[in-house]
Amino acid sequence: MAKLDKDSLANTFLIAVFLCLVCSIVVSSMAVALKPIQQLNKELDQKKNILRAAGMLPADQDVSADGRSIEELFAEFTVRAVDLQTGEYVDDVDVVTYDPIRAAKDSATSVALTPAQDIATLRRRENVSLVYLKATASGIEKVVMPVRGYGLWGTLYGYLALDGDLNTIAGLGFYQHKETPGLGGEVDNSKWKASWQGVRLFDDMGQPQVKLVKQRSASTNPAASYEVDALSGATFTTKGVENMVNYWTGDDGFGAYLKRLRSNGLAQG
Amino acid sequence: MATQKEVLIDPIFNNNPIALQVLGICSALAVTINMSTTLVMCLAVIFVCTMSNLAVSLVRNRVPTNIRIIVQMTIISSLVIVVDQVLQAVAYDISKSLSVFVGLIITNCIVMGRAEAFAMQNGPGLSALDGFGNALGYSVILIGVALVREPLGSGTLLGYEIIPTVANGGWYVPNGLLLLAPSAFFIIGLFIWAIRSWKTDQVEEPEFEIAPNGQYKEAI
Repeated sequence: MAKLDKDSLANTFLIAVFLCLVCSIVVSSMAVALKPIQQLNKELDQKKNILRAAGMLPADQDVSADGRSIEELFAEFTVRAVDLQTGEYVDDVDVVTYDPIRAAKDSATSVALTPAQDIATLRRRENVSLVYLKATASGIEKVVMPVRGYGLWGTLYGYLALDGDLNTIAGLGFYQHKETPGLGGEVDNSKWKASWQGVRLFDDMGQPQVKLVKQRSASTNPAASYEVDALSGATFTTKGVENMVNYWTGDDGFGAYLKRLRSNGLAQG
Repeated sequence: MATQKEVLIDPIFNNNPIALQVLGICSALAVTINMSTTLVMCLAVIFVCTMSNLAVSLVRNRVPTNIRIIVQMTIISSLVIVVDQVLQAVAYDISKSLSVFVGLIITNCIVMGRAEAFAMQNGPGLSALDGFGNALGYSVILIGVALVREPLGSGTLLGYEIIPTVANGGWYVPNGLLLLAPSAFFIIGLFIWAIRSWKTDQVEEPEFEIAPNGQYKEAI
């Protein structure tokens, strides 16, 4: 081959086209080949977060205390779509692919919140969200709801689990947040998360009253059952978590659904 | 002509990309909070740097001079996307905590710098070794930083508790500063100090001499 002028226009184009072709084939074949595994990972991760919030999976392990896998544990849950306005189940939604957070960004599938309603700083709330129900013949054992709320640096995304009486928190866990490591980031601390277990949600009027406090009231005081220890050095995060729980269990969140569920039990739907 | 051994070993202490050339600092700050993400990041950089040097060196005689940077960039970004995709498939949790920083290997000055400075002039074998050596030099510093930050910042190493912290019922109050990015600057600074005290030829000449102050001579 004759000595090629590598700086010629023709060669420049040739190399550019050739390079683009090779690189795009490599990248796209990689992406397509690995897509199923990545999708599986994502779903597994979501299930893990739901199970951890419900207190059915230890924080640092992928099997439960009695050796059951994530899939086995998650199989006990039924996923339902819920209209947050009316509290009724919605059947024409594919619960496997439906993403409440994406729905909240679309004005067709969400509502804008007024500042008075919007204590968790969400701006928009989806019309339809999901619930994860664990039920036995004797009734509901656990209800897990996706929740989110604004902390200090950004929105915290997590799951809130309630016990079968629909008035006691079974657990709370976050899967994504931007809080300061060591301060607000302590929302991931398993000891703090454990302190949410057994906290009461609603007062006699049916309004959520959860408070994060510096010093919990004496256990004889009825107020103590609504209180959780705040995180020191993380006032904004703490306030955000408190608002988040009260928002999502309140009338603008899952309140209507929880009321229906309480009065009708499993029969509704 | 550099020998293979020099090309491989030199970047680790004698010509360390972070400590001497002060490149690739950005990711060194971000991913060194705990050891497991650090190790994965190091492996990713080792792979990308070696393969990009190899690929760039293979095509170096065909690449037109005026688009060579674009060619290098395209090769590097393709490799990084491949790494990112593989991580999302096999190590989902770690890829989540590394988040955007795997993608940012594309802009890691070390990778680009070695492709332009070394791989464009040398054969494929030697270039691959050079990329491997430099990524190794990067890894040594990163692992060093993580070795300080994780135990003192959160009392653990690779997730195992080694200093019982107050939050878990122990005695150690974790140093929050070590969880924030600036602490890596201090630690890298201390490393550079240590390496230059050991290898004094790395000490840079002062850029100017401070003139003796003669103004008040008469007064004395």
